[in-house]
Amino acid sequence: MKPHLSPEQEEARASFRAFVDEEIASRADEWHRQERTPPEIIRRLADRGYLGWTLPTGFGGGGRDMITLGLLAGEVGRGCSSLRSLITVHSMVGHAIARWGGRAQQAAWLPLLASGAKIAAFALSEPGVGSDAQSVETRAKLDGDGYVLDGQKKWITYGQIADVFLVFAQCEGAPCAFLVERHRPGVTVEPITGLIGIKASETAAIRFTDCRIPADALVGRRGLGVSHVAAAALDSGRYTVAWGCVGVLEACLEACVAYTSERMQFGVPLKQHQLVRRMITDMATDLSAARLLCLEAGRLRDAKDPAAIAATSMAKYFASTAAARAASNAVQIHGANGCSSEYPVQRYLGDAKVTEIIEGSSQIQQITIAEYAYQEYRAIPRSAQ
Amino acid sequence: MTTEQSKAKIAGYLARFFPGHDLREDEDIFSLGFVNSMFAMQLVTFVEHDFGITVENEDLELDNFRSINAIARLVEGKRAATAAG
Repeated sequence: MKPHLSPEQEEARASFRAFVDEEIASRADEWHRQERTPPEIIRRLADRGYLGWTLPTGFGGGGRDMITLGLLAGEVGRGCSSLRSLITVHSMVGHAIARWGGRAQQAAWLPLLASGAKIAAFALSEPGVGSDAQSVETRAKLDGDGYVLDGQKKWITYGQIADVFLVFAQCEGAPCAFLVERHRPGVTVEPITGLIGIKASETAAIRFTDCRIPADALVGRRGLGVSHVAAAALDSGRYTVAWGCVGVLEACLEACVAYTSERMQFGVPLKQHQLVRRMITDMATDLSAARLLCLEAGRLRDAKDPAAIAATSMAKYFASTAAARAASNAVQIHGANGCSSEYPVQRYLGDAKVTEIIEGSSQIQQITIAEYAYQEYRAIPRSAQ
Repeated sequence: MTTEQSKAKIAGYLARFFPGHDLREDEDIFSLGFVNSMFAMQLVTFVEHDFGITVENEDLELDNFRSINAIARLVEGKRAATAAG
């Protein structure tokens, strides 16, 4: 199924695809094993404008549309979910600043993020706080004309290399969002290794000990850090994660079509075995459906339609669960080879599993999307009997 | 669009969040209990999309969204500022 794209979007997609095929796909397994993303490839993303794709042009961003951002996340996700997650978290912070930052804050940070001169990471999760974001325990104490941060964050994607963190903390019971530079005294970064997926995403734990930050580090308003700043960032993250899952689905399908066309069992290629075909059918159908949901979310986001929020959640929920199913079947189809690091499908499986957890777990989406359904369908008046 | 039309549109949108409750124009919607974690974002997006305004950092006060009247005042204020600007 070919998506309905404008000529410019189609041209952009072809360009992303070529870049991924040339510079990412063949090296992703190596990065996965080393649990590291080479700085050179991040530089390449930055040089091509991929790290500021939708930021306003007035700040050096690309000013591009959301569907094209989705296509970028999809193609990069097809090649390497770790690298796609860099685009995700960096864009989440850029989006939060563009949306709710003060003018001076935007002028100071957006050009640096758009160019990739600084890398940003999203620091919400803590050892004791995941889905229950409002309950973050990191504290920001008012002190003179600034704040003092104490607490810890965990599972921070690209935290090992980020120059700045968007940190969520409670200030006298009011959830707040702050931009905190890595080099500030009191910031300690500890690598986290051995993850099940996105192993090259240089994940970290961040500890804040008596970390002093200025008043202008606040993003948005006190008390609205989670409801507005985090919500905007997570909504952005959900979108690129959903598209990244479209990429994983496509990668699984490509791998399985190739493998089942070559591998022989019982005297015929695997693709002639019906139960194998069933798995391919499910993969192909899920890919089409996920792509359509993502395209619809992108269209609504570009129209700034309120329905975009629900559409994005739905796209993320469907695409991530579908990607996990596809990756599981991909390993199954590959048999023992699928369990080996010589084939990429075991990487896809770990990467897909992570997407069912991040940016709102599948269970959170199941709660939230039902709420949207009640809002939408309850609002439709029934005609008289 | 008149102020009354704006209020009607706002009331119509808010009705989906408070089914079976006849929301008064001056009623504090935040006192009616937790809606969902994306409510704030849904409200901002609706106001921007349906009234053609941009909610900015300086508008981010809960009081601007506390009631139908408050939201209508925000919309009128933003529109007047755009027309004058």
